[in-house]
Amino acid sequence: MIDITDIRKSFGDNQVLKGISATFKPGVSTLIIGGSGSGKTTLMKCMVGLHQPDSGMVTYDGRDFTSLSFDERIDIRKEIGMLFQSSALFDSMCVEKNILFPLNMFSDMSKAEKKDRVNFVLERVNLAGKNKLFPAELSGGMKKRVGIARAIAMNPKYLFCDEPNSGLDPKTSILIDELIQEITAENNITTIVVTHDMNSVMGIGEHIIFLHQGQKWWEGSNQQITSTNNKELNEFVFATKLMETLLKK
Amino acid sequence: MLFYHFGKYILLLKSVFKKPEKFSIYQEEIFREMVDIGLGSLGIISIISVFIGAVTTVQTAFQLVSDLIPKSVIGGITRDSTILELSPTICSLVLAGKIGSSIASQIGTMRVTEQIDALEIMGINAPGYLILPKVTAGIIMVPMLVIVSIFLSITGGYLAGTASGAVTAAEFVQGLTTNFNPFTVTIAMVKAVTFAIIITTVSAYQGFYTDGGALEVGQASTKAVVISCIAILAADYIIAQLLL
Repeated sequence: MIDITDIRKSFGDNQVLKGISATFKPGVSTLIIGGSGSGKTTLMKCMVGLHQPDSGMVTYDGRDFTSLSFDERIDIRKEIGMLFQSSALFDSMCVEKNILFPLNMFSDMSKAEKKDRVNFVLERVNLAGKNKLFPAELSGGMKKRVGIARAIAMNPKYLFCDEPNSGLDPKTSILIDELIQEITAENNITTIVVTHDMNSVMGIGEHIIFLHQGQKWWEGSNQQITSTNNKELNEFVFATKLMETLLKK
Repeated sequence: MLFYHFGKYILLLKSVFKKPEKFSIYQEEIFREMVDIGLGSLGIISIISVFIGAVTTVQTAFQLVSDLIPKSVIGGITRDSTILELSPTICSLVLAGKIGSSIASQIGTMRVTEQIDALEIMGINAPGYLILPKVTAGIIMVPMLVIVSIFLSITGGYLAGTASGAVTAAEFVQGLTTNFNPFTVTIAMVKAVTFAIIITTVSAYQGFYTDGGALEVGQASTKAVVISCIAILAADYIIAQLLL
């Protein structure tokens, strides 16, 4: 479980996060949604330690992450997997080496065990046999799946996904969403997904947090999101003609 | 602003020299970088060195018009100029362009495509993993390249001198072997190591703190070369002043 309490973050005079508190439970995918510039990615970066919040606290199963130094955070970081918007695969390494990288750095597994683990996670993301391909040879959807495979290689307790559907066609987006949801449930992972994709919201949004102007504006589930009277949330959710049409039906 | 960047640069270096997470992985990276920096630059360094020596010999001969000065002096001047200044400095300036831009753009691209963030999320000391192997490889390979350059430069000088008739082979060799001070080689090595550290760390700093996209990666690469070249020339003067 991850708890965030009163997270605030400014860049110069621009206050991006204005005191956000929330709880993220294991086995559940929490979607953080909001318009561009609402602070979604900044909040995620504060949670994983890529940004240091100005104030507030992030705790991983009761362990205060924000007060730790880089070296002291390593134990918690080893329990974190992250899928980046750009997939962030290492260009100079093939798929297999990308997935092996965290295992080589931190695990005590034998060579054979590591190889088995790589093949297992690749199979899990439906990319069996693609071990020797380089990132430049992969499609956008495949890169995301390799990103997921690398993120789950170390059996993380916490999985962060930054815009996992960006740049993907609707069908591939659904595949990625389903994969994230299945992995979350199978391994009882605390998963946090930053997105503005309404298909993801309706598909896997068991727990949704809507950010607006750096504040937590609304919290609920995809069952509740279409019936809320929250003006800003409705403007965000029904911004597309598709959603409007679906609701009218 | 200058002090701000210098402070940030020192803090980056502090992170670079932290204890590696797993030495075997760093070792592998060091060997890879040694091939990139050393073997990858051997061709251009060889070509440049031969011409440096040739031009030095021909121009020295042109200026020695007095009959009172023996022609063998040409060999001595070529040797000392090459060892003390031309090989370490010109090679390093060329390497700043070749290796420096490559390091800055490589690390800069990793920054803008979130690969450095990915390393940090995994709990890896990104400055250490990305920069330490390059610095180590530079410290090992640049002096080796300078040694190769010295030999090729003197050979170039010998060939140009004898081919043009400016000096005979015997005179050139006599000049080379007369009054040789081995300390000049020590100075060349001190310069090579210092310049290797400057090229690798300044370029890595520029790449590591790239912010933006492809345009900024290009700018970081250009800055890395320009700042490295200026720093090399400044360090060259300081070393000469201190050691000679």
